[in-house]
Amino acid sequence: MAMAALRREGKRFALSSPNPINVLRSSLAPSEEQMSLGVRGISTQIVRNRMKSVKNIQKITKAMKMVAASKLRAIQVRAENSRGLWQPFTALLGDIPSVDVKKNVIVTISSDKGLCGGINSTSVKISRAMHRLTSGPDKESTYVILGEKAKAQLIRDSRNFIELSITELQKNFLNYTQVSVLAEEILKNVEYDALRVVFNKFQSVVSFLPTTATILSPEVVEREAEAGGKLGDLDAYEIEGGETKSEILQNLAEFQFSCVMFNAVMENACSEQGARMSAMDSSSRNAGEMLDRLTLTYNSIVDDAECGAFNRLRIFGDLPRFGPASSNSIVGTQ
Amino acid sequence: MFRQATARLLSRSAAASPKARPFSTDLESAPAADQAFVDAWKKVAPNMDPPKTPLSFMKPRPPTPSSIPSKLIVNFSLPYASELSGKEVDMVIVPATTGQMGILPGHVPTIAELKPGLMTVHEGNDVQKYFVSSGFALVHANSFADIIAVEAVPVDRIDPTLVQKGLAEFTQKLNSASTELEKAEAQIGLDVHSALSSALSG
Repeated sequence: MAMAALRREGKRFALSSPNPINVLRSSLAPSEEQMSLGVRGISTQIVRNRMKSVKNIQKITKAMKMVAASKLRAIQVRAENSRGLWQPFTALLGDIPSVDVKKNVIVTISSDKGLCGGINSTSVKISRAMHRLTSGPDKESTYVILGEKAKAQLIRDSRNFIELSITELQKNFLNYTQVSVLAEEILKNVEYDALRVVFNKFQSVVSFLPTTATILSPEVVEREAEAGGKLGDLDAYEIEGGETKSEILQNLAEFQFSCVMFNAVMENACSEQGARMSAMDSSSRNAGEMLDRLTLTYNSIVDDAECGAFNRLRIFGDLPRFGPASSNSIVGTQ
Repeated sequence: MFRQATARLLSRSAAASPKARPFSTDLESAPAADQAFVDAWKKVAPNMDPPKTPLSFMKPRPPTPSSIPSKLIVNFSLPYASELSGKEVDMVIVPATTGQMGILPGHVPTIAELKPGLMTVHEGNDVQKYFVSSGFALVHANSFADIIAVEAVPVDRIDPTLVQKGLAEFTQKLNSASTELEKAEAQIGLDVHSALSSALSG
């Protein structure tokens, strides 16, 4: 019945050019929708705006995920290659985080950019706990911070304990020369008995393990070697070259620090990209779900509007657009 | 419906078992964490897991054997690659600061600092020559030799003309150097290039 009415009206105006009618129809349609929707209280305009912005967010986060994936691929290879670097030192000297020393320096490695999930917060939490562990009546510990994010978090409550902070590490391509210069700077400016490097080790794209590597100063190494225990058989090693054993041990400690730092920085960069990938992935998935919900809302609003229009036709026998008693006199001409 | 459920269960258990599938470069080893550290951590931060330490990511080294083994196991690592990893060789000659040092299986444990020079790896009749910049060579009691260098290139990739040019350049720089720092830098450059040229010839 509605269809017959439509066809009747359509024939009446078939002589005039269809375009103006279409234009009018389309211009009338939203206002008509709004008129009948005004009764409902929700405008489709709002919903449509939200849908557009959510769709944009989805596109952006998907693009960020792709970028992070490609960066991860590039840096993962290098990080895996650098894993062999610190193993000889650990094989020789072991790794004893429970060593009891007076001056501890906690080197926290974090990223400069955000949107990378929770890895920076994890590093900061671990650093704070290490600080509590290594502070006591006759011990002290200070921070050296690499990366903006850890600096922002640690400066709030531990400002007095921060010795050095370094940012914009990844501006140039990460390489060993840069890290060794950095290590030299740290060793020059900071007094230490033990250096504890805190970073996120890259296990897989979804798993990053907080790790801490301990490097002892040469004096502590000698002390521990004499005390026995894990470093006890260090004395069995003959020293080639150099005049004194302590000189060689000094060079060894510095070299160990730069190697461990290099690996730590690479692993942390890998973890950053992996965490960003998964964060952006879940973000675009959430945006997609939100978009689905909004689409359903939009469709139900439009359906309600059309349903209302048909009901009017059924009850009053006319379509609101083409009603003879309506004030749409523009349509009534020609 | 039941078939689907069982399939899903199987896939989930299969996915869960290699949960933290390790890379081949690092495996969990038996002497994992430092127990004293874990205990101290629990006192300070009971709700957090303690961080891992490098020991848990390293393959454990075998203990010192009673008799001298026949082969030496060499790990040659650089910042960008592990050139040799767990390779069994007969002999390695490294350029220590005191001169060329030969390492054979059963060598006494040594820590040697390296200077720029030629390093050769002998396996049977096969000899590989590398030019290393400085680094360290660690020999352990169980016939493991770890050589860590900052840079190393196989000798056949060095260009002799560039070596000659570098030699001339640094000799000239040394003669015209004024401050201590410049002199030291020029001396280092000269040492490296003369070692390079002798490596190429020797």
